[in-house]
Amino acid sequence: MIRSGPAWDIAAAVPDPELPMVTLADLGILRDVRQDGDAVTVTITPTYSGCPAMREISQDLRHRLQRAGFADVRIETELSPPWTSDWITAAGRTKLNAAGIAPPPAAGPRSAGPIPLTLTVPVRTVACPRCGSVRTAVTSQFSATACKALYRCQDCREPFEYVKEI
Amino acid sequence: MSDSREDDFAGHALAQDSDDHRWAFGTGFTDALEGVDTTVPKGVDAEALAAYCLMLGDDALILSHRLQQWMTRAPELEEETAIGNIALDLLGQARMLLARAGKADGTDRDEDAFAFWREENEFRNVRLVERVDADFAEMLARLLVFSTWRLAQFDALRSSRDPVLAAIAAKGVKELTYHRDYAARWVVRLGDGTDKSHRRMQAAMDVVWPLVDELFRSHPVEAALPGTAVEGSTLRTGVDVVIDTVLATATLERPVAAALAGVRGRYGRDGLHTEAFGYILAEMQSMARAHPGATW
Repeated sequence: MIRSGPAWDIAAAVPDPELPMVTLADLGILRDVRQDGDAVTVTITPTYSGCPAMREISQDLRHRLQRAGFADVRIETELSPPWTSDWITAAGRTKLNAAGIAPPPAAGPRSAGPIPLTLTVPVRTVACPRCGSVRTAVTSQFSATACKALYRCQDCREPFEYVKEI
Repeated sequence: MSDSREDDFAGHALAQDSDDHRWAFGTGFTDALEGVDTTVPKGVDAEALAAYCLMLGDDALILSHRLQQWMTRAPELEEETAIGNIALDLLGQARMLLARAGKADGTDRDEDAFAFWREENEFRNVRLVERVDADFAEMLARLLVFSTWRLAQFDALRSSRDPVLAAIAAKGVKELTYHRDYAARWVVRLGDGTDKSHRRMQAAMDVVWPLVDELFRSHPVEAALPGTAVEGSTLRTGVDVVIDTVLATATLERPVAAALAGVRGRYGRDGLHTEAFGYILAEMQSMARAHPGATW
């Protein structure tokens, strides 16, 4: 995989349509860029199966690469291995936090055996992106986009979003 | 186009130089499996694989639609967001599975052709996903059963001989784990809540129960796909353990109810559906059929 070169640099800098403070590379959804003369094939992966941003992402990649002079732009989807929040880069995590969205801890590899049922809301240490307090509580495991949960800080009382670990 | 405009995504979609017209009622502008190698592996029955993907895709498509009917009607905004997200995950799974079916059967039909242009008896979903929810408890009872069953199914399909199906399943497992936890927590909260919430949660489980047996019937299509599909009957034990755990924690009784009968050996997987199905299909398909090929 080539993680450099003009085509990579353009694709990597495309902002995510739903989280515009981070780029496709920051989120780890840009998987590969293959450049052959003025032809480019970009491989992306969805965060969740129903991610509605995939179309906007494809369109934006195509526009920007064509504007940079690549005549033949192909956008491909890669499903396996499935996206994990562990692919969000350190830079991406810093940018998310600065924008008021708490980044996820490591999801890690899945343990062997049956997938455990979790009947209580998992207790995670999530620091409030505004005041830094760790006295925070989940208000919903789902939020405005598929990849986030809703939290509230019990010290500064502000609600905030949190990118779920998957 | 200036740089600030360049960052305006809505601007892109509306830009006049775009030749990308959206089909007004569907998703015809993108292929959920674009760039994915959809060659059917040697030794896998392509017809059966297509039929199997339709079964799994239709389950998700119809339940997604039923969940979407909760939008603007959920008891709290947070629950509406949760239900909407779950519906969206299932719709995404349906899109990929229907697209996979069209590639496997050689017709190259896209997801919209399957969703909007098939007749009732061509749908292969289990009958559990068809009924109208009378209340929030019924939505949860069905979601608990469905997501527990589908999670077990997808977990096993991660090692399917069809790499596309295996990839769709591996992705879905992560989503379904959240769906199952969501439903299970609410069932416990209501079951082990007040007398009234307990009574209504038990009633909801009772109403859903006759449709559960069908989930564990093995189908000839599954038998024709050894190593590629999962036989329904193999999932029962694992699913029972999870549901019994949730019911016990929720102080609910495991319902005792006769299974909804088939007709001459036909069930949802064979294109036999309940009365509710015609109505949901009409709602889902009428606009696309009234204006075929419409774009905006």
